[in-house]
Amino acid sequence: MQKLRAFLLVVPLLLFVLLSFVGPIIDMLFRSVENYLVSDTLPRTVAILDDEDVNEDWQPSEDLFSALYVDLAIAVDVKAHTRVGSRLNYERSGIASLFRSTGRKLSGIGSRDYAKTVKSLNPSWEGIEHWQQFVAALENANALPNTTAAFRQWQRDHAARRTDVNSLEPQDVLFVVLVEEALSVGEGRLAAIGSPHSDNLAEILANAAAFEPIEYKEAFLGFDKKWADRELWVTVSLYSSRLTSGYFLNSIDLKKSEDGIEARPERERLYTKIFMRTFAMSIFITLCCLVIGYPVAYLMANLPTKHANILLILVLLPFWTSLLVRTAAWKVLLQEQGVINDILVSIGLIGDLNRLAMINNQLGTIIAMTHILLPFMILPLFSVMRTIPPSFVIAARSLGATPVTAFRRVYFPQSLAGVGAGMVLVFILAIGYYITPELVGGTNGTFISNRIAYHISSSLNWGLGAALATILLAVVIMLYWTYDRLVGIDNVKLG
Amino acid sequence: MRRLSKLVATAFIGLFFASSASAIDLTVVSWGGAYSASQIKAYHEPWMEMNPDVTFIYDESAPEGVAKLRAMSEAGNLTWDLVDAIAADVIRLCDEGLAEVVDVDEILAPAPDGTPASEDFGDLLVSDCLIPQIVYSTVVAYRNDVNEWEGRLPEDICALFDLENFPGKRGLEKRPINNMEWALLCAGVPKDEVYEVLATDEGQQMALEKLGTIKDETIWWSSAAEPRQQMADGEIKIGSSYNGRWFDLINVDGAPVEILWDAQVFDIDGWIIPTGLPAERREAVIEFLHFATDTQRLADQAKFISYGPARMSSAPLVGMHAELGIEMGPHLPTDPNNSKNVFVYNFDFWADYRDDIDVKFQAWLAN
Repeated sequence: MQKLRAFLLVVPLLLFVLLSFVGPIIDMLFRSVENYLVSDTLPRTVAILDDEDVNEDWQPSEDLFSALYVDLAIAVDVKAHTRVGSRLNYERSGIASLFRSTGRKLSGIGSRDYAKTVKSLNPSWEGIEHWQQFVAALENANALPNTTAAFRQWQRDHAARRTDVNSLEPQDVLFVVLVEEALSVGEGRLAAIGSPHSDNLAEILANAAAFEPIEYKEAFLGFDKKWADRELWVTVSLYSSRLTSGYFLNSIDLKKSEDGIEARPERERLYTKIFMRTFAMSIFITLCCLVIGYPVAYLMANLPTKHANILLILVLLPFWTSLLVRTAAWKVLLQEQGVINDILVSIGLIGDLNRLAMINNQLGTIIAMTHILLPFMILPLFSVMRTIPPSFVIAARSLGATPVTAFRRVYFPQSLAGVGAGMVLVFILAIGYYITPELVGGTNGTFISNRIAYHISSSLNWGLGAALATILLAVVIMLYWTYDRLVGIDNVKLG
Repeated sequence: MRRLSKLVATAFIGLFFASSASAIDLTVVSWGGAYSASQIKAYHEPWMEMNPDVTFIYDESAPEGVAKLRAMSEAGNLTWDLVDAIAADVIRLCDEGLAEVVDVDEILAPAPDGTPASEDFGDLLVSDCLIPQIVYSTVVAYRNDVNEWEGRLPEDICALFDLENFPGKRGLEKRPINNMEWALLCAGVPKDEVYEVLATDEGQQMALEKLGTIKDETIWWSSAAEPRQQMADGEIKIGSSYNGRWFDLINVDGAPVEILWDAQVFDIDGWIIPTGLPAERREAVIEFLHFATDTQRLADQAKFISYGPARMSSAPLVGMHAELGIEMGPHLPTDPNNSKNVFVYNFDFWADYRDDIDVKFQAWLAN
């Protein structure tokens, strides 16, 4: 009973954390495999491609272009064609503009004549209500499945964009699908739909000669020759599944190809290198923090409270300064025309032409980040060291241990909990660091977070950004787990 | 108790009236700093004076504008009414369906002589969603007090790659755009073939090789404020940034720096209307845009910042800088003396190749 009450007390917090923190993170991570866009926008094209073997001698067929026309025309109407274009452009340059420019020309394909002719036969086709009743009748009679599917998809896509579907104007593409399908099915089988719709269809069939067949392939190749490019279709086919491993492969410098997974060319390999660099530099920064922070924490723990407090304030001071200001201050200090170089030149230690490059490289990142993360090392160390009674070391010394032995065998083991906590804290903060490496990292001091930021805010390739972030998260969790197995997370004291 | 409920009721009624009155708050997103200030003085303040019921809320999130708009759209919670963006991002926003397609002739004012807006903006309408404001340029500047140059001063863009005559650190943007074009120009590719060459793997290789000759001498920037500071400190001797930043450094700070206008790259910045605004807000935004992008207003902005107005009809109206008292015409990238050799940013090319070339460029940088 009491347990239940305690649980109920934390329920609001739990819900808050789940809804505002865990949920969005999972949603974001899921984007690393999600790939609904292609098959949702180009369902007919993808269905045809799935059945075909896109090998060396393969040629895109008339059917494929006919399907592509319907998909694209519906997509253009809801402005989704450019979205799928930019999605595919991540995998193959040139697709974005191909979809954009084709979208502009698509209405020239002859669809307007179809729509005009049908409407002139019976003006009621102009209204959306007529179409809705007609499609409902088709569904009842199980007739003209393509027309039904196209109309429903068109309506659904509009509804998803919060458009009032009852105020839409039937698009030209619907007339094309209707006429083509009706002509191919023939009068006999259309009677089942029932009056008055079957009569309307009969009108269309009676005027079959008025509809000049559309040459889709010719039209598309007229828009742009790239539509004949086999590689383009290979890309569409490789990235048409609803879930894709493509983003994860990209983030470890691999790629999908017709023959399975293959490595990217040397000049395009980027992410594994940056991952390795991020880990190596984070480890190095953590060690630097430990080496610098340990003596400071020791001093703070062993000085009289009055002096220790002054030291504590000095350690905390950076916390109260903006991160950007601290980073910029390092720039002023370390740049070639900066304070440190100026001093070294003026005392004659280095020549004016051989100023040291200490920033905009790895060294700069290490210096600035060590400084920024130092308090996260010192504070856990300090809180653990404060609890170590000084009498232990005194006892060891009086029993004959040298200062080194007393430190090594008595003091240091007792401070290990703080060392562990500090290192875990600093390492995990370092590995996800973003702003400092961006500002002082130059070409070889940037971290994986900088690439994640690029994909989230600049290239809008959220899938790749999410895949990189997922890998980073997985590695951190693995390290945490290893640490727990080796040292035991219970031994970590944060204060 | 009764008093309390009365109080609450009054408060509610007050709230109701406050929100139902015709007053409207419009959130305008821009870049902050001197640029936002120039917009506020030229567009927003005059408009608020004429329309006391409109209040602008200024948001400086334009650098993350693309990502934030997408996040808002996915969450179905649009809080922005008007967003300032560079043309390349407008193309992306338009492709993603996040920006509204606009008919400029329908919503914007014609030029004073009656020329329709679409002709007045001309080639600058690079996207169906873009309402252009200014032409800015990414341009190279150099310090004119470098001892090692022995009195030589850069005359063309290739000085950037000439370490022999112009030694010293360079400052270039940490992205392929503009740098690759300059590298190809200086590797001997004719200007009108640059993008054709850059579309090929060999061309990209050639550009990176050319950049490789100055890689060790280059400090790569990601925010345009960096090269300005580095140039002021003498940390870099020659480098690229936006012409407005160089203008400030030269004319406000008085630094010994000069602009090398050769092969400046024209770029466009403008407004977009986010997709899905409620009708009432959309109307208010369009009314404002009609005013803020007319010929006089665009010319007014150039009084406060050295970017060229996007309308052709605005050019003759550009006057003096409001505070410095400098004639602004000769400082604009569009001035005939400055635009003798202009490189026009190819938006379609970069929309297609940006991600692909960026990976190669970053991998090259990391090596």
